[in-house]
Order: sequence, then C-alpha cells, then structure tokens
Amino acid sequence: MSNKLDAKIPEGPLSDKWTKYRSTVPLVNPANKRSLEIIVVGTGLAGASAAATLAELGYKVKAFCFQDSPRRAHSIAAQGGINAAKNYQNDGDSVYRLFYDTIKGGDYRAREGNVHRLAEVSGNIIDQCVAQGVPFAREYGGLLSNRSFGGTQVQRTFYAAGQTGQQLLLGAYSGLERQVGIGNVTMYTRHEMLDVVMIDGKARGIIAKNLVTGELERHFGHAVLLCTGGYGNVFYLSTNAMGSNVTAAWKAHKKGANFANPCYTQIHPTCIPVSGDHQSKLTLMSESLRNDGRIWVPKQKDDKRAGNDIPEEERDYYLERRYPAFGNLVPRDIASRAAKERCDAGYGVGASKMAVYLDFAFAIDRYGKIEANKKNMHDASKEQITEMGRAVVKEKYGNLFDMYKQITGEDPYVLPMRIYPAVHYTMGGLWVDYNLMTNVPGLYALGEANFSDHGANRLGASALMQGLADGYFVIPYTIGSYLSSEIRTKSIPTDHPAFVEAEKAVQDRINKLINIKGKQSPESFHKRLGKIMWDKCGMARNEKGLKEAIAEIQALKKEFWSDLRIMGDADEFNPELDKAGRVADFIELGELMCVDALNRNESCGGHFREEFQTEEGEALRDDENYMYVAAWEYEGESKWNLNPEPLIYENIKIAQRSYK
Amino acid sequence: MSEGNMNITLKVWRQKNKKTSGKLETYQVEGISEDMSFLEMFDVLNERLVSEGTEPIAFDHDCREGICGMCSMYINGQPHGPLQGVTTCQLHMRSFKNGDTIVVEPWRSVAFPVVKDLVVDRSSFDRIIASGGYISVNTGNAQDGNSLPIPKDDADKAFAAAACIGCGACVSACKNASAMLFVSAKVSQLALLPQGQPERQDRAMKMVAQMDAEGFGSCTNTGACAAECPKEISLENIARLNREYLGASLGSTN
Ligand SMILES: Cc1cc2nc3c(=O)[nH]c(=O)nc-3n(C[C@H](O)[C@H](O)[C@H](O)COP(=O)(O)OP(=O)(O)OC[C@H]3O[C@@H](n4cnc5c(N)ncnc54)[C@H](O)[C@@H]3O)c2cc1C
Ligand code: SF4
Ligand code: FES
Repeated sequence: MSNKLDAKIPEGPLSDKWTKYRSTVPLVNPANKRSLEIIVVGTGLAGASAAATLAELGYKVKAFCFQDSPRRAHSIAAQGGINAAKNYQNDGDSVYRLFYDTIKGGDYRAREGNVHRLAEVSGNIIDQCVAQGVPFAREYGGLLSNRSFGGTQVQRTFYAAGQTGQQLLLGAYSGLERQVGIGNVTMYTRHEMLDVVMIDGKARGIIAKNLVTGELERHFGHAVLLCTGGYGNVFYLSTNAMGSNVTAAWKAHKKGANFANPCYTQIHPTCIPVSGDHQSKLTLMSESLRNDGRIWVPKQKDDKRAGNDIPEEERDYYLERRYPAFGNLVPRDIASRAAKERCDAGYGVGASKMAVYLDFAFAIDRYGKIEANKKNMHDASKEQITEMGRAVVKEKYGNLFDMYKQITGEDPYVLPMRIYPAVHYTMGGLWVDYNLMTNVPGLYALGEANFSDHGANRLGASALMQGLADGYFVIPYTIGSYLSSEIRTKSIPTDHPAFVEAEKAVQDRINKLINIKGKQSPESFHKRLGKIMWDKCGMARNEKGLKEAIAEIQALKKEFWSDLRIMGDADEFNPELDKAGRVADFIELGELMCVDALNRNESCGGHFREEFQTEEGEALRDDENYMYVAAWEYEGESKWNLNPEPLIYENIKIAQRSYK
Repeated sequence: MSEGNMNITLKVWRQKNKKTSGKLETYQVEGISEDMSFLEMFDVLNERLVSEGTEPIAFDHDCREGICGMCSMYINGQPHGPLQGVTTCQLHMRSFKNGDTIVVEPWRSVAFPVVKDLVVDRSSFDRIIASGGYISVNTGNAQDGNSLPIPKDDADKAFAAAACIGCGACVSACKNASAMLFVSAKVSQLALLPQGQPERQDRAMKMVAQMDAEGFGSCTNTGACAAECPKEISLENIARLNREYLGASLGSTN
C-alpha cells in the first residue's frame, strides 16, 4: 500500500504517547503568540472551545459562523450526553475501557493513538465544563450523575436533562464571548467561508461572504482551523440542523485536503418517523431513551392493533432476543439495521409501517415502585405508581417527550413512541494527522468535520467528547508544532495575488449560479439528491445501486448547473443563493461517498454492503484488504485518487464485533 | 403539492433591508396538512414563490427542534405564536383551523433591527454575554468535577435558568422592549452555583450596563416576557436579578 499520508502518531507505548508528546512539542512564547493570527471557521463545540482556548493562550483569533450567533451552532441540539472515563460510578470504567469501547464500537476502523488520547483527556472536559457553570445533572448528595449509552456496559455519560449539547455549547460560548469582550477574538457572525487561500503550499487565509450584505471578504491567518461540523444533510432529511453543510470542508478538499472515509455515515435508530412529503428535517429521540425504553414490534405480521392492545406474549423485543448481552443498548448501526430488517420483513408499526415501538411502560412502572418504596408507601395503588413513575421519566427525558408529543400529536407517557432510523452523524471527514492537521500545511480540521476518532461507527455521547477534546485539550498543544516555525512569518496583506485570485474565483462562481436562471429551486435539487443517497447509499448499499447512484448524481449535477433558479441578487441577504452553493457542494460530495462505498468491499460499522454479511445478517469485515483509512485526493471533476492509510493495531486484539 | 386540506391566508411582513420600509403582503396557501410545522408551511409557500418567479420570504431558522433559538416569528401578535412553551419551529398547523388568516411579522425592537423580511439582528444579546455573562476560568484551570458538590435543588434551578435559548421573544413581547428576562436568566444561572460566586456582583452590574447601552427598555413588571417565553423562564429570575443588582450597587453579596 502506498503511504503518502503520515499520521505522525508519536512513538512509544500507547499510554505514554500523549504525555510524552505534550512535554516535548515545541512551544511558542507569549510575545510571539500575540503576533500569530489564527482563523477558526465554525463555533460549535469544537470551534468555540478552540477559539476561546487559543485566545486565552494569547493568539490573535478570528472566528466565523454562518448563524446570527455562535450560540446557535448545530451542537446546541445534542441531547443525550457526553462520555468521560471518570469512573465515578465505581463500575469498572477506565481510560483503557473507554478507549477499547470506542475502537470496538467503531468496528476497528479508527487509530489507536488518537482514540487513546481522546479517552485520556475526557475527564478534563467534565472538570472544565463544571468550572464554567455547566449545570450537569446531579444526585441528591450533590455529586454528578451518570447514565449509560449504547455499546458500553458502564455508566460514563454525563448529561443535563436532554439538553446536554445546549449546556456544553453555552459553556464554550461564554468562554468565547469572554474573549470577544476582552478583544482577543474577533467574531464574524452571519459569515460563510467560501474558500481557503493558499500561498506557497500553505493555508494562509480564507474568503468569507458576509451573508447580510453579500460582500466577499479576505482574511489572513497563520493557520486556518475548520470546525464546520458534519455533512449528514447530503441526505436532505437528517437530524442535523437545516444549515449544516459540507461547503467549508469541500472547498478545502478541492484545494488539496484529502477527504477520508466519506461513506461512513451514522444512521441513528431512534428518530421520529417521516410523516409526509413536506418533511424538512427529522427529529432525534436521544439514545439515552434506550436506557429505559424497550424496543419491540408485534410478533404477527401487519398487526393492526394499537400498541397498548398487543399483549406481552405477542411482542417481539427483537434486540433483547438477538443481542442478550447488550439488549436495547447495542450500538447504533446494529440497532438501526435490526429495525430496518423488521420493517422490511413486514412487522413495522404505525400508518407507514416504517416504524418500531420504543416503550416506556416498564420503566414507568419500575421507577414508580422505587419512588413508592423511597416514600415508604407500601400499599400504593397502580395509578399512584404510574403517576410517580411518570414524574421520574419526565425529569429524565421531559423535553424529549414534549418534543415527541408536539411533533406527532401523541402522548408518549401513555402510548409507546414510534421510531425509525434516520441519518444523524458522519464519521467521515477531512483527513487529519495526530496534530489534527490535514495534509495541507496550516489547515486543521476539528470536531465532526474531521474523520479521526470514531472509525466506522460512533458510539453515543462521544461526539461532544471529541469536539471538546479537540478544541480545549488537543489543538492548543498540537498547533504549537506548526506555529513555532511560523513566528517569523509576518501577516500577509490581503492584496496578495493569491487572495485576489481566490476572491475572484468565488465571485465568478456566485455569478455563475445566479445567471443560470433556470426553473428549479435549490431546495428541489437537494431533495432529489437526498433521495438518491438514501435509497442507494443509505442504511444498506450494494454494487449495482452505488453504480446507478453515481450516474444519477452526475446527471443531477448537469441539470443543476443548467436549470437552477435563484431568486434575489448576490449583493443582499439571500438564503436561496447560500443554499444553492451548499447544494452544489453536496452533489459533488454525494458522488464521492458512493465512490468510497463502492471501493470498500466489506461491511463495517455504519457502512453495510449487502454483499458482505454473515449468515445472521451481521456486518462482515475484510481486515486483510480494507483495514485502512480511505483518504481521497481530488484530481478534477469526478476524479479522485485513493491514498490509503493503513491502520495498525498494536494494543487491541481485533475480533469480529459481538454484542451478543 | 397538496398533502392536506387546510387553506390559510397569510399576511407576511416583507422588507428588503434595514434601510427600506416594509409592508404586509397577503398570500393564500392551500393544501396544508396539520402535521406540517409552521415553518414547513413557509417552505411550501417559498417553493411556490420561486416557481412563480417571486422572491421567497426570508426567515431565520436552523435546528427546527426548539433549541437553537434562531426562529423568530411574531404570529398574530404573539412571539412564537399561540401555543405556550414552544418556539415557532415547533408550532404545528394543527394549532390552526382551515380558513384562518395569520399575520406574521418580525420581532419588533430598536435593539433588534430588521435585516430582511422576518429576519432581525440580535447581536446585542451576544454583546450582553460578552460584557460579563460567564465565569472567568481559562481552560486547564479546573479542579475535579466532583470536588464541588452542588445541592441538587440549586443545580436544577440553575439548569432551569440556563435553558434560555436566547431567542428574544421576551423582548418582542414586552411593551418596553426590555431584555430583563434574558439577562436575568444568565445572571441567575451563575449566581445559583458556587462557581459563579467570585464574580457575582460584577457580572450583574456589567450585564445590566450593557443591556442599557444596547437600547433595551426598562422593566415594569408586566410579565409578558415570561408568558411568551418558549422555555418558560420564570419571573423569579428577574426578581433575583433585581436583588443581585441592588446588592451589587450597595456593595454586598445579598
Ligand atoms: C439531534 C442531535 C443530537 C445529538 N446528540 C448528541 C449527544 O447526545 N452526544 C454526542 O456526543 N453527540 C451528539 N450529537 C452529535 C454532535 O452534536 C455533533 O457531532 C457535534 O455537536 C458537532 O460539533 P462541531 O463543533 O463539530 O460542529 P457544529 O456544532 O455542527 O458546528 C459547526 C459550526 O461551523 C459553522 N460553519 C459551517 N460551515 C461554515 C462555513 N462555510 N463558514 C462559516 N461557518 C461555518 C457553523 O456556523 C457552526 O458554528 C447529536 C447530533 C444531533 C444531530
Ligand atoms: S428568556 Fe425566554 S424568550 Fe427570552 S431569550 Fe430566553 S428563551 Fe427566549
Ligand atoms: S429553529 Fe431552532 S429554535 Fe426554532
């Protein structure tokens, strides 16, 4: 295998790598930091934590986001929690176990060195957030509370009701705004990065569009950090926020950054099912619900009875049946495929039959009895027990239940929830080395935008951990290894030809989009792309479908560039134009995802190729031929070169992943 | 596209930009399903406007699940519409009747200038946070998370205040355009926690000063803010802020 990409994993025993790296990485002295400028694109968990921390260290930071405030980044919507190997519950957790669970959960497709570092810093994240005033859930004794997430057998998830992402982001945002107030960060809201500026082979700045005025701006930086989130919206319908997009990462890709494992997408098992063609997004029901909810379908095909009318012995708790060791807490890829399998076989529930039940009746009863005991009510009636049990469930998941009711019109305290898998997260992203730098010098990727830590499947509550690890505890060190050799580089004036040229290219493309003056809206193209991707590169893929998808996407691209209609002008606030640019990039990415899925002749984690499965329908990996990171280098329209980075396991014994 | 059988008359505020004046335009939308969200109805209308060659209506939105605080429509005289405790994006058409006329305007406040149509500029909120809405702790300075037990009740109250999504409905609902509910939610969250104590006085003073500087009105305790707040942030927070502020001005911590 060619090894064009150097992951720069430090030598030495796994558990010493990071410690040793930290104590030997070159430093930048405080006076020099003041003259080094860093551009941070994106202010979700990864970007806000990075921007705040780098500014605290003394760097000059410019931060960008496309929303009207950094507090609104997609991270705000994360519900269930954040993992950390604190072992506060004394249930056998450790850094090694979190490391091991993450590698195994990712179906042995992530780097040992990166993941171990992630587990090592996980505890610091919780400490930092508590210090910022993040109101995590607590026990009556005043100490932090934990719950379980899928793919683990310990309780290591910290949470703030069903609003963990909100509270963590508001913590990072307050740190960021503090630096804005002090003057160490300049914040550009309603700005969209539209290109990376390259000078002498290094990333030296960006072209950003002021979304309110439509003006293009040039910004210089000694380094550029992309913290721009995931690309799940390539499927049109997903649990991501409406604005989440791949544009920043895609522009970087076209400027030379390798895009790694694009086909690894996570389909989350518990989302509210689609209700009609008007649907604009899908709503997640947090994985934490699987702590207390039991998933089932009727044993009888096409059962028309209401859920509550189906007696216990006629229900199939298929996850508990198939995976007794982990039951309802199997990892997401497995739970999603199992739901699809039942629905495809005709056991689905609800009007569309594309749903399964997530039932809280048992939990309500169990909690109700515990409460009764706590209150010494030994002859509590069934109604009293139910009422007390509902109160406990409300405290744990109240906002999720309210959201469900608001969307479906059904009361989940009384009726079992109906759920179905939906696109949720993208493990793929820009290829980065141990320093979080892409193969383009000076260009970094953090958070969901990079590919690094989750292999082929991410475990629940690990994205928030990774985003904050990258921003608070990794980049502040690793960026020194690059910037320490940049201290002599003066700020480059933005009338440099590279800036002028990059801006012109962006302007030309905007003009081109506006001047197509065809008939179809950006939205309609996005919907069509999403359908191709979901049908042929979704929860299950096969060679024939992927080949068809590639042809269909190429045809869609042609149609897009000849029949797009954008209303309004370029020099004003114009969400249609912004959307069009994003859809254009999604179309190109969609093609690469199919190319990657087609190349990977195995099933692993979220990538399930129908041709490669065990007799029981489990994913069948091919470690001999595919134990590598597929990093794709852009070579021109519809042309990519594959740079595989072999994965080396020195500490973990590779096995078929089993949750039985 | 017609998925349902509701026909709605929409009167929507159209305004090209900050500098021009705006006016209400009337649109008929047909075939609306009651499962649609209010914003999905706007999606349907916007798609139609594009196909007719008219500029679609600009509105802010992102998460569409009631948490980012981006959506901001003033619906029939109420911020976020008729339903209690929900944002515009979580409002569904089942809350309306076939044949209804619905008037949709942007937030109205001097501190929230209109950007376009239903989109306003709420950067004043960020500046209020930047003035003091934080605990000054640099990354890496923290002690172990469990070394500071916090009574569950305090943690829960802090969480309830921290649930504010920064949407600005409180300002929009208030006849004085006061931002007291928003500011008090942040001040309360941090004042209720032990970590927030060292900067407690300073924080209240600075945030209130910034709020005044941004041109928000003063609070006359009418309570419209809390009644319209999608996260049901309680008026108790305003009372607490008043105590904090008074305490700080008098130089004591209570
Ligand atoms: C509904 C939901 C629930 C989730 N729950 C959990 C959970 O419980 N636990 C967990 O661990 N994970 C969870 N996740 C996953 C997790 O929330 C995300 O992976 C994570 O928040 C991503 O953070 P980020 O900082 O990388 O990116 P984001 O939060 O997506 O931030 C992206 C930032 O980039 C900016 N941006 C993007 N493009 C541009 C551009 N071109 N120019 C300028 N700015 C740009 C945006 O404005 C934004 O500020 C959940 C995800 C969803 C969808
Ligand atoms: S207090 Fe309520 S209405 Fe005001 S900004 Fe916060 S969430 Fe919105
Ligand atoms: S769109 Fe996020 S709260 Fe409404």
